Amino acid sequence: MNIHEFQAKELLRAEGVPIPPGEVATTAEQAEMIAKKIGGMVVVKAQVHTGGRGKAGGVKLAKTAAEAKEIAQKILGMRINGLTVHQVLVTAAADIATEAYIGIILDRASRKPVFMVSPAGGIDIEEVAAKTPEKIMKLPIDTRYGLQPYQASELGFFLFDDVKQVRAASKIMMALYQAFMKYDASLAEINPLVVTPTGEVLALDAKMSIDDNALDRHPELVTLRDETAEEPSEVDARNSNLTFIKLDGNVGCVVNGAGLAMATMDLVKYYGGEPANFLDIGGSSNPEKVVNALRIITDDPSVKVILFNIFGGITRTDDVANGIVTATKANPLKIPIVIRLTGTNEEIAMKILQENGFSASSDMDDAVQKAVALATKGGKAA
Amino acid sequence: MSIFIDKGTTVIVQGITGRDGSFHTKQMIEYGTKIVGGVTPGKGGQTFEGTVPVFNTVHEAVKATNANTSVIYVPPMYAADAIMEAADAGIRFIVAITEGVPVNDMTRVYPFVKEKGARLLGPNCPGLITPGQSKVGIIPGRICMPGNIGVVSRSGTLTYEVVYQLTRAGMGQSTCVGIGGDPINGTNFIDCLSAFEADPQTKAIAMMGEIGGTDEQEAAEYVRKRMKKPVVGFIAGQTAPPGRRMGHAGAIISGSAGTAAEKLEAFEKAGMGIALRPIEFVEQLRARM
Repeated sequence: MNIHEFQAKELLRAEGVPIPPGEVATTAEQAEMIAKKIGGMVVVKAQVHTGGRGKAGGVKLAKTAAEAKEIAQKILGMRINGLTVHQVLVTAAADIATEAYIGIILDRASRKPVFMVSPAGGIDIEEVAAKTPEKIMKLPIDTRYGLQPYQASELGFFLFDDVKQVRAASKIMMALYQAFMKYDASLAEINPLVVTPTGEVLALDAKMSIDDNALDRHPELVTLRDETAEEPSEVDARNSNLTFIKLDGNVGCVVNGAGLAMATMDLVKYYGGEPANFLDIGGSSNPEKVVNALRIITDDPSVKVILFNIFGGITRTDDVANGIVTATKANPLKIPIVIRLTGTNEEIAMKILQENGFSASSDMDDAVQKAVALATKGGKAA
Repeated sequence: MSIFIDKGTTVIVQGITGRDGSFHTKQMIEYGTKIVGGVTPGKGGQTFEGTVPVFNTVHEAVKATNANTSVIYVPPMYAADAIMEAADAGIRFIVAITEGVPVNDMTRVYPFVKEKGARLLGPNCPGLITPGQSKVGIIPGRICMPGNIGVVSRSGTLTYEVVYQLTRAGMGQSTCVGIGGDPINGTNFIDCLSAFEADPQTKAIAMMGEIGGTDEQEAAEYVRKRMKKPVVGFIAGQTAPPGRRMGHAGAIISGSAGTAAEKLEAFEKAGMGIALRPIEFVEQLRARM
């Protein structure tokens, strides 16, 4: 789960990271009030789950509260990379002497969280890694012991020469690590970490992602989820315990298991079609899930055909068949459906489907080819 | 021969009285797996299905049964503890089926298990099966057939699909291993490839990877440098958009890294066969054996 900059800053501030004061606004008037309260120069920043906000015009300086209002008016409602801006952060502006980067990401190869720091901050760290890898220091952390002060100090000396700044940066790194572990983050970064002309070290931007698997033990974080920042069909799917990602094609896919779901999408493409979504109904045998899956897929007007690909293991195929029958009785389908079922209770499933006027195949390639043919025939002009 | 498990493997089930644990324990017993005990705290002294003794702790279970392997079906928030308990009790091979284990838990668990000298498979995996001998986990037994193809995969149902296609084509399997779709797992592709290379029964290997991370690229490098047996690879997620997690916590293309194209290129460089569809494993393996 991604959280917004202002939310990440609140979590980090609570751990002791020095961050200029700021508050979030949903209207231009609120933005003006906050700017007035802060006094002096402020920055108005779009709060959306995407990078490149600055380039898109979503981050602007304001000299007065009136100007902050004007800017907020422009940024609120703006679309950045397909996402609408509903909130802006209004925060005190800081003078910048130098910019650095500090971040923690989970590293699969070392099976540890890895600290990455660079004196070349303020720009995309992937760009730094590609062009000037010598400007990045990486340090894997053994989470059984945590980040040790000497390690934080090593990282600090990589960034700065002035010992006061090194100490300040080390303290910030300890706090960042604390927050990373405390909230089960999979990413936590400060970019830029700036030094002001008077030598103060400050975090001007922050980004955190929380491990979805850990949300159960962080009820305090669940409220940070911003559903307006997501595709409505994906929110609906999550609330129905389905994993769903909307794509641009017209073949609606319902599959059990993430790997098979991806392989099914790939096969659709292989036979010349375009998948409309990734949808994994998971391992449980619940007809209700099938009903919800069908509803979410048929809500998308671009879907021209529905393709089921179920390999029964834990999932019982007769449960899936019952789900299809129940859902289509309640809401008769207006588009064709192609069903592939094999595995646990396949014979029962086939019988249920046949009795209700459906046909099903047990071969994946056959089913996908049939679905693609139906989608192209009924879809865009040939 | 086979890898990791065979008919001599003795297994205890952690979470044996739970919904998933009890269902799959019955299936494993039916397949012929030697289930020697189960663990559910507070239910020690009972028996499961009238035959399998249940213990309160893994230490007790190991002492009483001499089990060398454990399979874990406990809920995600307790999985890390269950894995460490098994390793501490002297279990040599730990198979964690549980899906949804917080990844920061695994950063603590992995070095602990390693220091105890045990091997962990998973979490979030379907387990493994040596057809005709033993299955530990949830892979359906009837789609498998004894033979000489080693199968290793990051996925569950996609593994079933490929195994099913192989069996239909008359190509049996030595062992089928699902390593799981999480970013941090106990056993990776290279661990399985090296075990298959050393296993005299295995003649060729089918490997199913997916987008995200660099495990497949590292595996390809290992194949190129160290393996004599033929390996055929597949990557799920060729059509996946970057930045979106495709179900599995590990299946995400971040930046320019972890794409299917990058992985397939690594396979090609390593001289591996490539299956663009699951069914192509059959011809690709046949051509190399």
